[in-house]
Amino acid sequence: MKQQLETIREQAKEAIGRVSDAKVLEDLRVKYLGKKGELTAILKQMGRLSADERPVIGQLANEVRGDIEQAIAATNEKLKERMLEEKLKSETIDVTMPGRRTMVGKKHPLFQVLDEIEEIFLGMGFSIAEGPEVELDYYNFEALNIPKDHPARDTQDTFYIDDNVVLRTQTSPMQIRVMEKQAPPIRIISPGRVYRSDTVDATHSPVFHQIEGLVVDKGVTMADLKGTLEIFAKRLYGEDAQIRFRPHHFPFTEPSAEVDIMCFACHGEGCRLCKGEGWIEILGSGMVHPKVLSGCGIDPEEYSGFAFGLGLERIVMRRYNIQDLRLFFENDLRFLDQF
Amino acid sequence: MNLSQRWLSDFVKVDCPPREYAHRLTMSGSKVEGYEIEGEEITNVVVGRILSVEKHPDADKLVVCQVEVGRDEPVQIVTGATNVFAGALVPVALDGSTLPGGVKIKKGKLRGIVSNGMMCSVSELNVTVNDFPGAIEDGILIIDEDCTPGEDIRTALGLDDTVVEFEITSNRPDCLSVIGLARETAATFGLPLTLHEPAVKGNEGDIHEMLQVEILNPKLCSRYTAKMVKNIKIEPSPRWLRERLRASGVRPINNIVDITNYVMLEYGQPMHAFDHKYVNGAKINVRNAAEGEKIMTLDGIERTLSPEMLVIADEKAPVAVAGIMGGEFSGIMDDTNTIVFESACFSGSSVRTTAKKLGMRTESSSRFEKGLDPHMTVPAVLRACELVEMLGAGEVVGGIIDIKGEIPEPTKLMLDAGWINRFLGIDISKEEMVKILEKIGFTVEGDVITVPTFRADVEHKADVAEEIARFYGYDKIPVTAIKGTAEGRLTETQKFERLARETMLSLGAYEINTYSFISPKLYDKAMLPADSQLRNSVVISNPLGEDTSLMRTTTIPSMLDTLSRNYNNRNLEAAMFEIGNRYLPVEGEALPDERQQVTIGLYGRDADFFLLKGMVETLLDRLNAKEYDVQPDSGNPTFHPGRCASIYIDGQLVGVMGEVHPLVLQNFEIGVKAYAAELDLRTLFANRAAEKQYKPLPKYPATTRDLALVCDEDVPVAKLQKAIRQASGKILESIEMFDIYRGKQIPDGKKSIAYKISLRASDRTLTDEETNGAMKKILKALADIDVTLRS
Repeated sequence: MKQQLETIREQAKEAIGRVSDAKVLEDLRVKYLGKKGELTAILKQMGRLSADERPVIGQLANEVRGDIEQAIAATNEKLKERMLEEKLKSETIDVTMPGRRTMVGKKHPLFQVLDEIEEIFLGMGFSIAEGPEVELDYYNFEALNIPKDHPARDTQDTFYIDDNVVLRTQTSPMQIRVMEKQAPPIRIISPGRVYRSDTVDATHSPVFHQIEGLVVDKGVTMADLKGTLEIFAKRLYGEDAQIRFRPHHFPFTEPSAEVDIMCFACHGEGCRLCKGEGWIEILGSGMVHPKVLSGCGIDPEEYSGFAFGLGLERIVMRRYNIQDLRLFFENDLRFLDQF
Repeated sequence: MNLSQRWLSDFVKVDCPPREYAHRLTMSGSKVEGYEIEGEEITNVVVGRILSVEKHPDADKLVVCQVEVGRDEPVQIVTGATNVFAGALVPVALDGSTLPGGVKIKKGKLRGIVSNGMMCSVSELNVTVNDFPGAIEDGILIIDEDCTPGEDIRTALGLDDTVVEFEITSNRPDCLSVIGLARETAATFGLPLTLHEPAVKGNEGDIHEMLQVEILNPKLCSRYTAKMVKNIKIEPSPRWLRERLRASGVRPINNIVDITNYVMLEYGQPMHAFDHKYVNGAKINVRNAAEGEKIMTLDGIERTLSPEMLVIADEKAPVAVAGIMGGEFSGIMDDTNTIVFESACFSGSSVRTTAKKLGMRTESSSRFEKGLDPHMTVPAVLRACELVEMLGAGEVVGGIIDIKGEIPEPTKLMLDAGWINRFLGIDISKEEMVKILEKIGFTVEGDVITVPTFRADVEHKADVAEEIARFYGYDKIPVTAIKGTAEGRLTETQKFERLARETMLSLGAYEINTYSFISPKLYDKAMLPADSQLRNSVVISNPLGEDTSLMRTTTIPSMLDTLSRNYNNRNLEAAMFEIGNRYLPVEGEALPDERQQVTIGLYGRDADFFLLKGMVETLLDRLNAKEYDVQPDSGNPTFHPGRCASIYIDGQLVGVMGEVHPLVLQNFEIGVKAYAAELDLRTLFANRAAEKQYKPLPKYPATTRDLALVCDEDVPVAKLQKAIRQASGKILESIEMFDIYRGKQIPDGKKSIAYKISLRASDRTLTDEETNGAMKKILKALADIDVTLRS
């Protein structure tokens, strides 16, 4: 009987070791350990053994059972591993196939750059002021030192609603509105739509965007204006951007300056992009005219300030090398999707 | 303003390459747009003297010339021109020369005869017959100047000037002149400025016996100066004068006209010359025009004048519109014998408004309207007379008429060096400031600055600061940071707008940017009825055209226009939004109410009403809108009457959304269904819910029940939901509609709606009794509105 048990152990372990299929393994389990299995059959004969033999054989039988169970468990584990492996293998996909995208909208390129500019100035302590596009002649012109018969009115082709109301030709009226409402210190930018009666072509639009800046406080100097705009230019165009201040004339600033940036293409040598000048004009600026300050009830003896204004479209056109301004207003998705 | 460097050198000797000259003048405030070096492209072209002209042996239309060009041997040139003759001086482009436009000339053979170059016409040298009055268009330029064979053609013809083009700002009419720019040049380079005192010899006769002048409106005419010239000889001006005019972009005409233009360019003082014999009564009145008075101006157009316009009139009628244009009748003709030179100063604003009203802007008016110096009239008229004598164009009559109107006193300002330094952020001495100011014609005594009369733009110490700054150098002003601290932040409304934009982007919509204008045609296309309140728009009185004639009162048409453009550009689907204003006129207010809108537009594959509504709902949710009502709106003409809804918060209209009406789609040429919504951001901002508070995560389980209900087809589901919500009270967690069914088992005209209702209490597990009780109440409430459980 002992011999029988040993044989079963050997045979079973050997058979189980060779199994590569879960079903076969189950059959083997039944064959050896099942109610009608070989081991059970032997144990049924235990009654015939002597009292001395019984415990010895019983222990051996238990050992054999244990061994077989262990062998089954080990093989089972191996089979499971293999099955998982096979499953994973069968699930292999072509990861080079295109991804399935979720539609995400895109900001209009003008406003992408506007946001960038706003961030730069917010970081420099500027707030953002907003004001009407349909504006009183007073704010758009008169308070800015441009009376009715001023020749500067000719250079800005104005849309009129009536004698006293215009579509603002610049964001500068916001300077006046802010100064009337707020006591210094003032540090604001004011972006928005402006209007000129220019016939539409590749470089002209009756609607476009400007960003106005205004700083008023005690002791604000022209050197501060230079400092502020230099930081702005470096943030927007990169640390190696170089700008220059050049005298100019605006009725509401004195001294006035136009600011040029060194041509990106030729670095000041003069090329086709900068029309041979080496520099490209990017904005207008100056010290707020004392007359404008006092017109807003701010004492020019106590306070001084600077202001600047830049055109958004031109900045964006240059950044993306866009030649035609009209694209910004046509909103063709094939255009909008590029940014 | 085009400045001839040769002319400039009469007043200041500046010796530097044009590029540097341009840079330095630009940096001191006279912006240079560009420069042109005359004759730059011409090389190896010389003066030649034709020694002989012989017929070409093999060509009837060609001649063979031997031309002396300053070399040992004459050169042989074949030409087809017919105006050549032995002894003529001509421009000769030698073998290997270049002409304007990069044209290269090489020797060659014409019908077998060697030609060692080419004789040139005016156009080949890029000049015109106006510059060379004896020349003809289609022939060789026969040089009528003192020059020698072999001389470089550029010096022989004066094609060696450099012309610098300035952009002069409107505050500096003094710089619209050679002398003004010479002053700026001298100050920029620290060179002496040599001004010229005109000297007139002629003193025969007395102008006062031949002409009388009266200024009847001294406000509009601050000075009227006149000189007369008799025995006029009209002929072309000499070459040097023509060259200077040509360089300045002015076409030479005849000596008298050229002199008036020359003086205008040199002094910046417009001049007018007219024929004395046409001054009726020998009397000039500077007066306002009479209503309806007429004048035929030099350009041959009859102008009707009005009383605010200033005219120069004789006893009977106007002979000129003051400062703008002379009359045709009194102009200089070939038979003119005696002329009057008018050199006057008129009010800038008067000239500006008159010129604008008459629609005639002239070189003269564009100068006057910027405000000229009344002290310039006398030197300018004397310079004109000096030139008359120099050119032998006539005999200057003795005496001068010089009538003064209201001439302002020179401006005096205090020199506050400390303030200027603080204002500019620099530190320079008062002496240095005085030096700068004196260079540009200011005088300083003690602390008092007297502003030169030609600088009417300087009227405040800030203006003085600018003068100091530009000659000190803008580039030398230091670069500093603004002192003090400031907090830059967005306002709540700005954050709200950004949140709306971010939400729309995350919903997959592309941002667009459309005109604020609208055409009444777009209102028609959107089918707004004739009496629609929305047609009451802000009207632009001088629009570019109908398309830009109104300020929009709704943003939907702009969106539909954009959808249409995209549809017609074959973009298969579109989801777009715009954050932009509409402009609503306000009774009794000058300015309209500008209201920021979020406008949404969709068409294409997945687009339907509920996709649009889902976007709107998400937006309202993200913007933390208070509880809102969606009500069917069949009255909006732009939308499908059965597929449009208005959104209200507390009874206030927030916006509209819907499927675009098929006829509107047709009007906009959109070939698929499209959807649009317009929401008012300000109303949404005003109706935000209270700030969000954290709710503890549930500790007790929820109980869910499914309900299949049946109701009449036309009952809106919102009504069911409202009833369920009210009936279930606090323990209602959510209601989710998960199915709607019509068809078998459901009677006609009815629909079946399935809801999953989730109930939960925050402090306990709901008992069956509680849940059943709640469900019973819900069913009862539903029964009250004729909604039954599906059997």
